[in-house]
Amino acid sequence: MSAPDWTRRTAADLAGALAAGEVTSVELTQAHLDRIGAVDGAVHAFLHVDPEGALAQADDADEYRRAGTPRSALDGVPIAVKDVLATRGLPTTCGSKILEGWVPPYDATVVARLRAAGLPILGKTNMDEFAMGSSTEHSAYGPTHNPWDLTRIPGGSGGGSAAAVAAFEAPLAIGTDTGGSIRQPAAVTGTIGVKPTYGGVSRYGLVALASSLDQAGPVTRTVLDAALLHEVIGGHDPLDSTSVDQPLPGLAEAARLGATGDLSGVTIGVVTELGGDGPQDGGWQAGVLARFQESVELMVAAGAEVVEVSCPHFVHALAAYYLILPAEASSNLAKFDAMRYGLRVLPPGVESPSAEEVMRATRDAGFGDEVKRRIILGTYALSSGYYDAYYGQAQKVRTLITRDFEAAFTKADVLVSPTAPTTAFKLGEKLDDPLAMYLNDLATIPANLAGVPGISVPSGLAVEDGLPTGVQILAPALADDRVYRVGAALEALLANKWGGALIAQAPELDGAPA
Amino acid sequence: MPEITRDEVAHLADLARIDLSDAELDHLAPQLNVILESVASISRVAGDDVPPTSHAIPLTNVFRDDVVVPGLTAEQALSGAPAHEQQRFAVPRILGDEQ
Repeated sequence: MSAPDWTRRTAADLAGALAAGEVTSVELTQAHLDRIGAVDGAVHAFLHVDPEGALAQADDADEYRRAGTPRSALDGVPIAVKDVLATRGLPTTCGSKILEGWVPPYDATVVARLRAAGLPILGKTNMDEFAMGSSTEHSAYGPTHNPWDLTRIPGGSGGGSAAAVAAFEAPLAIGTDTGGSIRQPAAVTGTIGVKPTYGGVSRYGLVALASSLDQAGPVTRTVLDAALLHEVIGGHDPLDSTSVDQPLPGLAEAARLGATGDLSGVTIGVVTELGGDGPQDGGWQAGVLARFQESVELMVAAGAEVVEVSCPHFVHALAAYYLILPAEASSNLAKFDAMRYGLRVLPPGVESPSAEEVMRATRDAGFGDEVKRRIILGTYALSSGYYDAYYGQAQKVRTLITRDFEAAFTKADVLVSPTAPTTAFKLGEKLDDPLAMYLNDLATIPANLAGVPGISVPSGLAVEDGLPTGVQILAPALADDRVYRVGAALEALLANKWGGALIAQAPELDGAPA
Repeated sequence: MPEITRDEVAHLADLARIDLSDAELDHLAPQLNVILESVASISRVAGDDVPPTSHAIPLTNVFRDDVVVPGLTAEQALSGAPAHEQQRFAVPRILGDEQ
């Protein structure tokens, strides 16, 4: 009999095995490092792997477990972290050349909480440069490949975290979601991704893309694992002035309740404009919509009441987002000035260049195409004469979208839609068509604009291409427990239908243990 | 919707302190026009009576207690600097010849 393959287990199972003394954190961590060694050449989920650091943290975790004083439910369960979060002593590049080789002197609060809770950090995951993208192809260090089909994108910007979890390189990962960067990769890789309520997880040490939209959250293979991880990283942080100073609702408790598969008393709103009865703009794939309908029917059979809710301003969300995001990003990225950290490039042929000349040359050499595109767009949207017409109007539309949510949540406890309009497309397919790329976030963006929490749960495989699809569940701000309850119920209903988790159907990758 | 010209993109790049090459400018101007055209409808959506939202969860007057807490040491703060000397960031000249 061969040794158990710890990489196939859920984080909750691993925590149980650690608590029961069936395995050590060092063994678990080594098993995941071995898996990374075997498959990451093909997947490229990681930008940096830290075997030494992870094993040292695992050793600590084993001591706490042996002493009978585990620091958290997940003490000793390894994790991967998106390369947009500052990690003391570990390179943090944000997928950009401008931060190549930068080693932060401090930890992001999310990272500090992972360390305090005893989760060994396996490494840093790949992403679109500064989280700008929906395919991870805008990484300056090469794309990540979707474990379901290595010729396809893993979603983005957090494609590395989603692929690492889908390829069993890590049981847990951290992502960040500004317009869908946790949820859309989850949908196209058959994994779970949660964007918490804005302010629910600290942004301190999260390299800002759009400060009013960014939110870090869990990337996992089960809803319960996401809830357990959310409880580790969430909660008030005085270092983030936008952090909500309220206790988290019981998230793991909600997930366990949902796992019974009973949805009686829950009203689910299907959004007319996102996969409902309304006209569907943006190129929805038939197989995605079919799996969505199937999920809704399963939830009805489990006792949920379904209502159709119209959110008429959601059709303007993409336009508002692509003004607000570049505007905030162009301001946030002004800090990359070649003076205090990161890349410094001297303009060629200039004797004694000025600081400004160095800054211009550095930003041209250090930023990739998509980042430049959005900085220029944001600079335009904020210029005098255009500010009111663009940025000001976009902020008003944001109000209208928030009101749409408020009205919808008077009729339904949660809203549901497909997470992404299509399954994973081919690498390179949309790389030179920014607008086509932006449409991937059609369904996920409204939640960021309004600050409400959302989860993506795998809803099956599209019949056309056999690739994963996702259902998104949205709840009112601060009611994150609802996305876990309904998400866990849907997960249980679907697992029952399929005879197991969808991820078990993912192809074995080269080098994978038999 | 006014077209955004190549010269305007060059001016924006100047404001954003990015030296774009001629090839980048040629590529970027038409792309920005496509994007701006797709977001142009935004100006007709909300009436004057709709207030803007800058943050989803509005919090105001967020202060911490005024107590001293340890920060980064000079060595830590300088650890990623492209150049430093005497515990300070070393930067290229900031004034022009005529100044």
